[in-house]
Amino acid sequence: MIPEGLRRELETRINEAEHPRECVVDVMYALQKHYGYLSDEAVQEVGSLLGMTPLEVDELATFYDFIYREPVGKYVIHACDGVVCWMFGQESVLHHLCKVLKVAVGETTPDGLFTVLPAVCIGDCDHAPSVLVNGRFHGSLNPERIDAIIEELRRAQPPLVKDR
Amino acid sequence: MISVGVKVLFKNARPDRPATFDEYRRGGGYQALTEAVKTMAPKEVIQKIKHSGLRGRGGAGFPAGAKWEGVPEKAPFPRYVVANTDEMEPGTFKDRVLVNADPHMVIEGTLLAAYAVSAQKGFFFIRPSYEMDAELLERELQVARAAGYLGKNILGSGFSFDLKVHRSGGRYICGEATAQVNAIMGRRAHPLKGGPRMAEQGLWNRPTLVNNVETLACVPHILSQGPEWFKALAKSDTGAGTKLYGVSGRVNQPGCFELPMGTRLSEIIEEAAGGMARGSEFKAALPGGASTAFMPARYYDLQMDFEPLKKAGHRLGTGSIIVFDRQTCLVAAALNMMKFFVRESCGLCTPCREGLPQIQDLLWRIENGEGKEEFIPMLREMSAQMRHAYCAFAPGAVEPVEGLLLYFEEEIREHMSQRKCPFREHGADHAEARH
Repeated sequence: MIPEGLRRELETRINEAEHPRECVVDVMYALQKHYGYLSDEAVQEVGSLLGMTPLEVDELATFYDFIYREPVGKYVIHACDGVVCWMFGQESVLHHLCKVLKVAVGETTPDGLFTVLPAVCIGDCDHAPSVLVNGRFHGSLNPERIDAIIEELRRAQPPLVKDR
Repeated sequence: MISVGVKVLFKNARPDRPATFDEYRRGGGYQALTEAVKTMAPKEVIQKIKHSGLRGRGGAGFPAGAKWEGVPEKAPFPRYVVANTDEMEPGTFKDRVLVNADPHMVIEGTLLAAYAVSAQKGFFFIRPSYEMDAELLERELQVARAAGYLGKNILGSGFSFDLKVHRSGGRYICGEATAQVNAIMGRRAHPLKGGPRMAEQGLWNRPTLVNNVETLACVPHILSQGPEWFKALAKSDTGAGTKLYGVSGRVNQPGCFELPMGTRLSEIIEEAAGGMARGSEFKAALPGGASTAFMPARYYDLQMDFEPLKKAGHRLGTGSIIVFDRQTCLVAAALNMMKFFVRESCGLCTPCREGLPQIQDLLWRIENGEGKEEFIPMLREMSAQMRHAYCAFAPGAVEPVEGLLLYFEEEIREHMSQRKCPFREHGADHAEARH
């Protein structure tokens, strides 16, 4: 169940929209933030808030890269594998990230802090290779910078930028 | 961000932060809107944009004035404007830089487009990677609203327009106008076949303009300075305005540069981007993101504008130039991009869903020393078949492959004769997993 406050906030928002369904991605983001990911329960909730079937919601949820249908860490590292980052050694960035965090791509660290996901070009090509972590770019990466970023994120809790 | 020479879109750009509302206004911002809503008929605005020769900066290069004119005068209300800030074309980051440099310029441009087609409501459609920009735009929209430039009865003119940020869940196809319209309506973002005229039947079957934010940012300047001034900004005969060229890859200073439309590729690389990176020699460039073809060195002096590129068999796309050097394997680069397209295909139509993975597989085999002579005609034929796909995604997806086949067949053959990637011994990190 989602808290009453959040439910009312979302209901207000949906009622204000010209067409309720235009809010569906925002509602999915809000529930994802609440549950940590878009759980089956959240899919049901989104559906009941918007008058959509769970299937209709899931059809959208599984379409989008930033809607997580499985549990993710507090920090989701979207590692860009676009062609520019590739040119600058994106594969070794990903390799190093996974090595440092002791996870495979798609996995979450046991402490629940980090998930590594591959990402389509994130639009930080002038600082390739780059990753996106909770809405923030970290570019011009090399092993030392990756270590420093992970260290900084481990120290800085809760996240620096609002969770999305 | 460095701007060389002429500054129009980057006139207020600062190295450290976005230009504020006051800074934008001090530089003449919102004067075009004020004048338009008070003294011009919407039709006159469209005529000026038509005469300016402004063409879409989001990839397709469609003339903006003609697009706006496509909204029939007697079309029903409400009407919509979508400022496309999705920018998911690999190698493209100009819109991020633009919004960050001067958010009010894109807001004013969107307002003017809305006025021109008598729209009531608009959206900035923005990708999740650009959450910082989404928040910036939300803040600045409030500022514009408080100042009377947005909302009901703008500047007492009787024109009302509401503009808000629409966050995407993140998917490449959402950048395509018909898919974007579906996405905003909360439907799965499939493109619509044949591109129904959005200007007549877009969002909720009402007239809808979908314009790239760079295109929209040009509008206030065209109205203030005139269509002839705008045309004269370009270096090419057929061009108009300036262009935000994003340069990435093997250059000394990657970045987003505002230059006259039609600036030569050689000038962009050597003057704006500081030349090729140390020890790198130019081999090819993608002129406008991952859905354009490799351009070999013979086009190094080509004017980067829609028509000169078209004449040479290329496309300007987003004008986001990705530079490859002689030590970079173009088969592996094409494979990287094909992996991207396979992953991002919406899966709706067969040529795209089934054909692109086949092409990816052939490229993978060539790159990994398993290539065969017959793969070359197979790649050619399959690429050509993509013309039968539902939307522009698949034909765009095969453009790098087509460029590879046309200009770098020798490089493909080297992979075959050596039974391996000839570039791997240079220490390049090109090994890719098969899927």
